[in-house]
Amino acid sequence: MSPRRASRLPRVTHRAREALYGYLFVIIWVVGFALFTLAPLAQTFVYSMHHVIVEATGITMQPAGWKNYTRALFTDPTFVQLLIEYAVETLASVPIVLIFSMLIALFLNLKFRLRGVFRTIFFLPVVITSGPVIKELVAQGATTVPQIAQSTMLVEFVEQLPTYLQSPVRYLLTSFILILWFSGVQILIYLASLQKIDRSIYEAAAIDGASAWEAFWKITLPSLSTTNVVVAVYTIITLSHFSENKVVRYIYSQTYVIQGGIGYASAMSFLYFSVLALILLIVYLVLQSRARKVSA
Amino acid sequence: MTAGLERLKKGKRLASLAGYLGRGISWLRQHQDGIKALFFGTRSSYGLVFTVLLYALLVAIGFVYLYPLLFMLVTSLKSPADLLNPMVQWVPTELYTGNYVKALRVLSYQRTLLSSILVSVAPSIVQAAVCSLVGYGLARYRFWGKRLLFALILATFIIPPQNTVIPQMLTYRRLGLLGNILCLVLPASMGQGFRSAIFILIFYQTFLSLPRVLEEAARLDGASDPMVFLRIAVPAAVPSYIVSFIFSVVWYWNETYLTVTFLEGGIQTLPMQLSRFVQAYENLYPPGMVNIFDRINEAVKLSGTFLNILPLLVMYLLLQKWFVESVERTGIAGE
Repeated sequence: MSPRRASRLPRVTHRAREALYGYLFVIIWVVGFALFTLAPLAQTFVYSMHHVIVEATGITMQPAGWKNYTRALFTDPTFVQLLIEYAVETLASVPIVLIFSMLIALFLNLKFRLRGVFRTIFFLPVVITSGPVIKELVAQGATTVPQIAQSTMLVEFVEQLPTYLQSPVRYLLTSFILILWFSGVQILIYLASLQKIDRSIYEAAAIDGASAWEAFWKITLPSLSTTNVVVAVYTIITLSHFSENKVVRYIYSQTYVIQGGIGYASAMSFLYFSVLALILLIVYLVLQSRARKVSA
Repeated sequence: MTAGLERLKKGKRLASLAGYLGRGISWLRQHQDGIKALFFGTRSSYGLVFTVLLYALLVAIGFVYLYPLLFMLVTSLKSPADLLNPMVQWVPTELYTGNYVKALRVLSYQRTLLSSILVSVAPSIVQAAVCSLVGYGLARYRFWGKRLLFALILATFIIPPQNTVIPQMLTYRRLGLLGNILCLVLPASMGQGFRSAIFILIFYQTFLSLPRVLEEAARLDGASDPMVFLRIAVPAAVPSYIVSFIFSVVWYWNETYLTVTFLEGGIQTLPMQLSRFVQAYENLYPPGMVNIFDRINEAVKLSGTFLNILPLLVMYLLLQKWFVESVERTGIAGE
């Protein structure tokens, strides 16, 4: 029996068999990627180079070259404005989410009474953060601390700042609570990483006379450098894909407009995507260089 | 005479005060370490100052998170008279449930709740199953192109939905699937659901951290690879399945961009109905026809919002343990 089988499948080595099964497990994803991501992505790019008109019978396309792109960048006054605001606000939010969620995770990693209760409260945003809910809460003023944002002292202070700093600072003041609301999963990620750090390193440091403060800067922070990147990427993506994001809403509103429609919305999607990629790259490089400095 | 007596008394008093102080200081010196420990902590406890600071910060931040919920709950229980009364801030004069009665009608709660459950549960089951398959393949087998595959998986996480949704929508329209739950289940069944990348990475981490010994033993006993996966890997990864399922449900529930694009005109979910709350309200209670107290106000809107998150809130409180603890165990961090 077995010699016959071997002769039928002569050259199937152990390694090839392993690879074959590996492909069998992931093939469904590869097909799905081609069908549901790559093909639509390519199609969207094609749309962005055309004037697309949707009719009851189907769609007709007229080639437009890069006209949709030039329109978005040079003619449409709203889009570029929104894009810049989005970039500035995202870049301003990332450090806040990073520091805040790390701090909370450090707290929750300590042992104290009522820890469970506080955990339950701090992960609430994971459950609640959805577009319509946030929109409703913002509209009803439940996400700002009005007394702080409108206090004359702060208004004066913001006005003294250089112009390029004014809008991010104002954004941070008015949406501070909102930014914190986007920190739920990030706290979880930090907490998971903190628990992976070997306790014995801390014990060794304590025996050598290191204080808790020194241990944080010399042990905890360097151990979290990879996690920082993960959290930063996650934060940027969540903020950028959020359905109440201004750019996303603008693109959506333009999709069903006769003037431009799908072609124009597709071009804007690609421009948005490239800005998003740029932001990711910047944050990645910054965190990576910092990580190298810490480990050096 | 009296002045001298006074001075003497004063001097005595001062002397005794100094004596007390001296004794106090020496007592402090004797117990220096203990007091320092009480306020600033030792190696085994945190100390009073630190503990007070910790709780103060935690309560402050916790309040930031709870404030919108409290605001929502309190406002939604206010009667129209309370809303107009500037004296009523945090404690309504009566428990007014009229807002909820209206919001339930406007949201057509029973129907939208059921469809919301369907829309979030069905793709989540499929998504967890498929992502575990892919994660297992990546964690257990060596094959060419794995790095590329990881890069592509990350790409699916990064690409904004706007860049892929319109052609999909048009295809579904051509197939007559628009408004059908299949629009969400089909992509999920091939690992392209909402945030599938994260779940693949969770399962990859999980299977990587499970010992291989059992699986190899089963293989020696003649089990085939799919058998090993089903009989040994899957049971060992149950916590990851639960975590993935829960997060998937929450994210699908809260997702509105895809659901609006794919399901509009067909299935109506709770968040979808909430986003057109005003319009639906005015259909039911036309502004010109009803008296001023039945016009739409923020209390009705907020009770709608609260009804929207209530099911998730209940689920969160029931399954809290899974949210917090097993996330730590399954290593969602995914380096």
